[in-house]
Amino acid sequence: MSALLDVEELQVTFGRTAAVRGASFRVERGETHCLVGESGCGKSVTALAVMSLLARGGQRSAKRMRFAGTDLTSLSDREMARLRGNRMAMIFQEPMTSLNPAFTIGSQMAEVMTRHKGGSRAAALDRAAELMGRVGITAPGMRLGQFPHQLSGGLRQRVMIAMALMCDPELLIADEPTTALDVTVQAQILRLLANLKRELGLSILLITHDLGIVARVADHVSVMYAGEVVERAPTAELFRAPQHPYTRGLLSCVPVPGRVQRDRPLGSIPGVVPAIGPGFAGCAFRSRCAHADETCARAIPRRQAGDAHDYLCRLEPDWAELQPA
Amino acid sequence: MTAAIEVENLRCEFRVHTGLMSAEKRVVAVDDVTFSVPAGSVLGIVGESGCGKSTLARLILGLLKPTAGTVLVDGKRLFDLDRKARARLIQPVFQDPFASLNPRRRIKDIVALPLAAQGTFSRGEIERRVGGILERVGLSAAMGERMPAQLSGGQRQRAAIARALVLEPRIVICDEPTSALDVSVQAQILNLLADLRRDLGLTYLFISHNLAVVEHVASEVAVMYLGRFVERNETDALFRKPRHPYTQALLESVLTPEPGKGVPDIGLGDAMPDPSNIPPGCRFNPRCRIAVERCRHEAPKPVVRAPRGMVECHLA
Repeated sequence: MSALLDVEELQVTFGRTAAVRGASFRVERGETHCLVGESGCGKSVTALAVMSLLARGGQRSAKRMRFAGTDLTSLSDREMARLRGNRMAMIFQEPMTSLNPAFTIGSQMAEVMTRHKGGSRAAALDRAAELMGRVGITAPGMRLGQFPHQLSGGLRQRVMIAMALMCDPELLIADEPTTALDVTVQAQILRLLANLKRELGLSILLITHDLGIVARVADHVSVMYAGEVVERAPTAELFRAPQHPYTRGLLSCVPVPGRVQRDRPLGSIPGVVPAIGPGFAGCAFRSRCAHADETCARAIPRRQAGDAHDYLCRLEPDWAELQPA
Repeated sequence: MTAAIEVENLRCEFRVHTGLMSAEKRVVAVDDVTFSVPAGSVLGIVGESGCGKSTLARLILGLLKPTAGTVLVDGKRLFDLDRKARARLIQPVFQDPFASLNPRRRIKDIVALPLAAQGTFSRGEIERRVGGILERVGLSAAMGERMPAQLSGGQRQRAAIARALVLEPRIVICDEPTSALDVSVQAQILNLLADLRRDLGLTYLFISHNLAVVEHVASEVAVMYLGRFVERNETDALFRKPRHPYTQALLESVLTPEPGKGVPDIGLGDAMPDPSNIPPGCRFNPRCRIAVERCRHEAPKPVVRAPRGMVECHLA
């Protein structure tokens, strides 16, 4: 069976700035796929490009961008609007800015339904109440009549998730959905997403900078750096045998209670992400990489390290064993 | 040896108006907190948003006046000191390095400001000290000429650290110093803070919601819930054997990068704590998994455990 979302060689530019430079990844049906990377790596822009929600001035092109067999690059704005919020839905980091403060929760949720599927407002409100119960909101009847500012951050994010589910989407894109929340609430929201995926057969494209979240919820991972997917792997394999020097560096930066020695420095990646201008060639990580040589300024091969595991680097798959980082 | 920070029965209340007609509400942000931080150590403070940890930082910095209780910094009462003396003793590093640096000044002028404000340093001396501290935090002289907007997040946080240390204070209050940063940059800043502490003999109060970070940097950890310390212990002991059910839930909710473990069910419910409406009895009881009848009407007293440990729970 073909993947639900299949993106090949996605390019996004804003004027002379290349935000995404040939990103390729596939989200299979019923799986959680994580796009992980640091700020500015292009992970959010990638998601927005898939949803056709790029800010003015953003240019997107792709060799292939298919959602459930439909070619997204060929859709008109109107056809895309029919998909968006319907068969593919998106939730954002800050639920307060994505909810309209002037309308009640109920009217915002009902609008999604009446707009895409028609039907009465009453039926839409019933559906909203049912989904609010589904995402663990107690007393949904009362919440429907409330305004966004009357809810806590965790509740708002639950409302966003319920709203995204109104039309039974096949794909949910979640852009840093728990970054603004406390750790305790974060765990609850991530559990909720995992349950929804299992029970509704939902596919999730989760964008995050947090490797802890990736490890706990993802089936597959794409690591992004400077607009490129530098490594793709099944989650367990990525953490067991990371290949790209950037992935390895990133993993060594995370303090893990009980595993990373206290009073010892954490691993860190020296330097900063380089500015990528037009005509940039070679590996974007080379200026920060301990293993870079002159060949890194030329085209970099994508190497296979396993069945579904590949990475973008001049080094052979077994370099990690040869040279302890 | 005197403690670097000594806090006794500290309390801070705010009065808030919630609407035109509604009565004034009292929010108790810090409720009878007592602790001390030995010189040269790091006390980590963890808790959810709204638990009062930033209010506590402001009280210790002297930016807020407590409703009751005392704060001794380096053995001196904070409010007996004038601003200049206070600035030589204790300095903050805040979360958002963009908001805390003046966008219209060059980095070296921002870092020089605490020295200039003292009024006792010559221009040459200021220049020498600023150059020294910039180098110490890993910023080149060329960086000093730039404006904050021309720096990355990590470089801005380095500048904020340089400004905090340029007066050579003994104590630094770090309020979520790495929360706005990427993991690779966070690691650089944490390593820098650790080096500086060791080389300069600093004492840190380190506030964070990220338990993994606190575990890495702190020698002792206090867990704050609705304005009170509900548990405090040496870091190793606290992480190995958390006693308070809230500490246990917090530790469980840390998502370590271990694939296959799934997302933990921490069972805290969704009754979020509200500092303007603190429940009777144990303030944690509405979210507690193991609460019994007694917890609903009798507030637990702090129980001392081990040499430096403390827990506030009937059942621990």
